[in-house]
Amino acid sequence: MLDLTQIYVFVLAGFVGYQVITRVPPLLHTPLMAATNAISGISLVGSLVVAGSGNSRLATVLGVVAVTCAMANVVGGFLITDRMLKMFRRADQPK
Amino acid sequence: MSRDVVTELTYLAASVLFIIALRSLTKPDKARRGIQQAMVGMLLAVIGTLLKQEIIDYQWVGVGLVIGSVIGYPLGMFVPMTAMPQRIAFSHMFGALAATLVGIVEYTHAIDSGEGLTEFRMGALGFEVLFGALTVTGSFIAFGKLQGFITGRPVTYPGQNLGNAVLFGSAVVAFVWLMIDPTQSTVFWVMAALAFMIGVLLVVPIGGADMPVVISLMNSYAGLAASATGFAIDNTLLIIAGALDGASGFILSIVMSKAMNRSFANVLFGAFGTGSAPTSSRTVEGLTVKEVTVEDAALRLAYAGLVIFVPGYGMAVSQAQHQVREVADLIEANGGEVRYAIHPVAGRMPGHMNVLLAEANIAYDKLYDLEDINPTFERADAAVVIGANDVVNPAARTDESSPIYGMPILDVDRAKSVIVLKRSMATGFAGIENDLFHADNTWMLFGDAKTTLTKLVAEMKAV
Repeated sequence: MLDLTQIYVFVLAGFVGYQVITRVPPLLHTPLMAATNAISGISLVGSLVVAGSGNSRLATVLGVVAVTCAMANVVGGFLITDRMLKMFRRADQPK
Repeated sequence: MSRDVVTELTYLAASVLFIIALRSLTKPDKARRGIQQAMVGMLLAVIGTLLKQEIIDYQWVGVGLVIGSVIGYPLGMFVPMTAMPQRIAFSHMFGALAATLVGIVEYTHAIDSGEGLTEFRMGALGFEVLFGALTVTGSFIAFGKLQGFITGRPVTYPGQNLGNAVLFGSAVVAFVWLMIDPTQSTVFWVMAALAFMIGVLLVVPIGGADMPVVISLMNSYAGLAASATGFAIDNTLLIIAGALDGASGFILSIVMSKAMNRSFANVLFGAFGTGSAPTSSRTVEGLTVKEVTVEDAALRLAYAGLVIFVPGYGMAVSQAQHQVREVADLIEANGGEVRYAIHPVAGRMPGHMNVLLAEANIAYDKLYDLEDINPTFERADAAVVIGANDVVNPAARTDESSPIYGMPILDVDRAKSVIVLKRSMATGFAGIENDLFHADNTWMLFGDAKTTLTKLVAEMKAV
């Protein structure tokens, strides 16, 4: 039996994403990309399970590599997004 | 409350926080706080995952988390803003690699343990590995082109499109085969290998100036791969985060392709910039170029009422954003007004110029998008073009035979005077002559942008 719940979630999340992100001004397109990069580091939750469930040596090795990649994206992605956003200021705002 | 419920609740919280974070990016003054909320969401999700009963070995998990943080910290803190496009391409590679590896492990585990795979799950794993693998190598090539260790010129050879189509067709056949019989692990490895190859071949023919589209597309693919992972391992948070990421990349791809006057289908199938060097029917013989000295340019700018700066990739290459601000400060000190006109595809990624100008401490309310600034050029006393070319080429408006005809451009030529900072008379990426450089109201200032602007600052101070 095909479980359609996942498809619902995917379609609705995509729709919400579309609605929200079309309103992001071009000014912030680079931070947007850096932020989605960090968020896509959420594959960490999949990698953690693979690395930690001790199925086989191959699974553990590939899992640890996956955790490393995803974690690098999470840490690096959030830091760089914040670093960028910190630079954007209006004329009337003090530095 | 069982542990599973706690895990699921952290996932729910993370999903909501991610959406709030993206929403906050619609307002520059709220954005930072929003991203901090996303960080909290991520932390919750990781803690929730570590509570899962499947995880029995924390040692290796810890090793991965520590190495990842050690790699991630410099990627976040020390990469200069000018290197942002390659930095982003690089992390698309990381994200896609994580998804691909999870897919490979899930597949081998299901087959080796004799657990088997439903059609649905095989389909999800197939998408995961296909999208993931082609994004890994595609992003790597994009990274190489942006970093400069792979030629930024389009690489083409005869039969390229046909060859790519055959490879792509083979990958699809392998995918369908696996859906019918998931136990064929050889077919699985062949499919993965094909996807890795397709990623390389898809990006190799694409030139530097088309990178904004490629990067956006890879952003989208990396998201879709993450979403497919969620389908495969039945994880709702992954599905949601991947869908958000996919939607974002998709929107940016559309924005970028519109700004280059290319159809979206053209973008999706990577048929852009295939390198058959565009030839304009027009020649430049007999046209003259007027040069201006730094002294004259300084005078012109010092007494200008409204000056519009038009930055392009040349500004990024020469890292001249701080000098641009110094010139702007001097104009403003003399009572003039300064604005910045940003073309959507100026630079090598979406929003590239905005970040560089923000880094130089230029207030974002002085940065204008294409539609907002174009009516203003008429009343500008001077437009200063810094290392931009195709995005200010009036041929896009007037010359139907031009390859860029129809592309929205910045109407720089309508300003009372135009000063173009440029290294040489070489054509832009598209290889098209630019009439702007020969116009009566245009003066050229040859040389490296940073050096020229530094001299300009000195001259203006002396005026």
